[in-house]
Amino acid sequence: MPFVSPEIFAKQTIASVQEYSILCWRAVANLFSRPRYWADVYTQMDSIGVGSMPIVVLTGFFTGCVLALQSATSLEAFGSVSLTGNLVALSMVKELGPVLTGLMVSGRNASGMASEIGSMRVTEQIDAMRALGTDPVRKLVTPRLYATVFMLFFLTIVSDAVGIAGGALVSVTLMGLNASSYFHNSYRALQYGDVVQGLTKPLFSGFIIATVGCFFGMTTKGGTQGVGKATTQAVVYSSVFIIIVDFIVSRAMIGIFGR
Amino acid sequence: MPADIAPGDVSQAKQSPDSAEPVVVFEDVSITFDIKPVLDNISFRVQHGETRIILGPAGGGKSVLMKLANGLIRPDSGTIRVFGEDIARMRETDLFKLRARIGMVFQESALFDSLSVEDNVAYRLHEDRVPEEEAHNRVVEALQFVELANTIEKFPSELSGGMRRRVSIARAIIAKPDLILYDSPTGGLDPITSTTIIDLVIKQRDVSHTTSLVITHRLQDAFLLATHRFNQQTGKIEPIPNNGIDDSTKFLVLNEGHVVFDGNTHELVHTDDPWLKEYLS
Repeated sequence: MPFVSPEIFAKQTIASVQEYSILCWRAVANLFSRPRYWADVYTQMDSIGVGSMPIVVLTGFFTGCVLALQSATSLEAFGSVSLTGNLVALSMVKELGPVLTGLMVSGRNASGMASEIGSMRVTEQIDAMRALGTDPVRKLVTPRLYATVFMLFFLTIVSDAVGIAGGALVSVTLMGLNASSYFHNSYRALQYGDVVQGLTKPLFSGFIIATVGCFFGMTTKGGTQGVGKATTQAVVYSSVFIIIVDFIVSRAMIGIFGR
Repeated sequence: MPADIAPGDVSQAKQSPDSAEPVVVFEDVSITFDIKPVLDNISFRVQHGETRIILGPAGGGKSVLMKLANGLIRPDSGTIRVFGEDIARMRETDLFKLRARIGMVFQESALFDSLSVEDNVAYRLHEDRVPEEEAHNRVVEALQFVELANTIEKFPSELSGGMRRRVSIARAIIAKPDLILYDSPTGGLDPITSTTIIDLVIKQRDVSHTTSLVITHRLQDAFLLATHRFNQQTGKIEPIPNNGIDDSTKFLVLNEGHVVFDGNTHELVHTDDPWLKEYLS
């Protein structure tokens, strides 16, 4: 990779941030004016939401399983194995459910968006769309943005649920805990603030996945190699942003709810 | 990402297709990519009903000029007026409305590969919420014009390069535009298929008299356009009698971002410019 001067690097970075901000603003604002592409929104909901169900269910389930397994081993030292349900529920709902679902959906869909839109870019299909009088941001980015934010919210709920179920399976079959006690403890452990925190995070993650994926797709340059680069960058940037924003949202929520 | 945050100015009245004012006007247009000037103070005019053939060596800025004419990119300096509106300073949202009057055929066809031929050709009609039955009939009509009615249910990946180019022409003409931009419609095609495409350009010119800009690398295509006409009685392309040339067909030759020639066929053939003579030979 060629070295560039700090000045050029800074200018390029600021220009990219500016372009990204404009894209985000237009993608959000487009929903409030016509034309709206509802059919594309539903198609993307199916592709992003329903299509991501298998990986989200599998990831959530086995995360719950391993969480129960690891925490039970540690809790045994303090004679508190019965608190496994608390730990699994709190970890899944507040942190692991939202973050892991975000990362899995990012790996599957941010890459898909960047490669699909990037391919359209390098084959002049985006220019053709503009030449035919259609705003590509309105047609391609806005449906993906709203579909991702909406579906990631529900995918996170599914992930939380199957994670707690996975923890229950391990606790009951391998640790010999009582299922009723496990679920009772899980339920008691969760407070309003925990659920709000866990369900606020996917709204941010969904926004990041769609906007970063579409941004790298829309700015793809350099043929098929450029599409590959855009795809990789989309996954890397969206994953890192999800984790950074997760930290910021967690801190804000702890400030608001005190836990 | 398309840059569309330039201040808008759409207050000028829409120009009628029959107006005496030129359809396309470039005035001192320059554009630079990185540090390389691609077009340098380009000025020319395209009158209503004119077919302007843009010739020149590869890398001379022909495709950039075509994209500038459709507002897909913006010049660094100069004025571009299309139908009387200054598109260099229009907002992207206003350009979308203006582009409804412009059809464009891209160098590599740029068909939407996830849509069928019918949906590709009907794209603009679907955007305009034209009833499905009417849209279908117009698609069939446009595909018949390019002699590809049997491909309506196929996908772009199932078509040859020449067929894709013809579908692209059908997509450009379906909304009956007032200006058609052909960006190298014969680029990368074999000579026989190229002639088929140029025949379609001639047919479109002589049937609907639409103003058009045609980029080509092949001189024989350019002279075919200038010396042939579409006979509506026989439905065939034929040479203009008595070695005649089509008055509405004019030439613009670009080299290294500069206009080398701007005039009609007769002036081009009898040019004294040494570079142009060598280029044409």
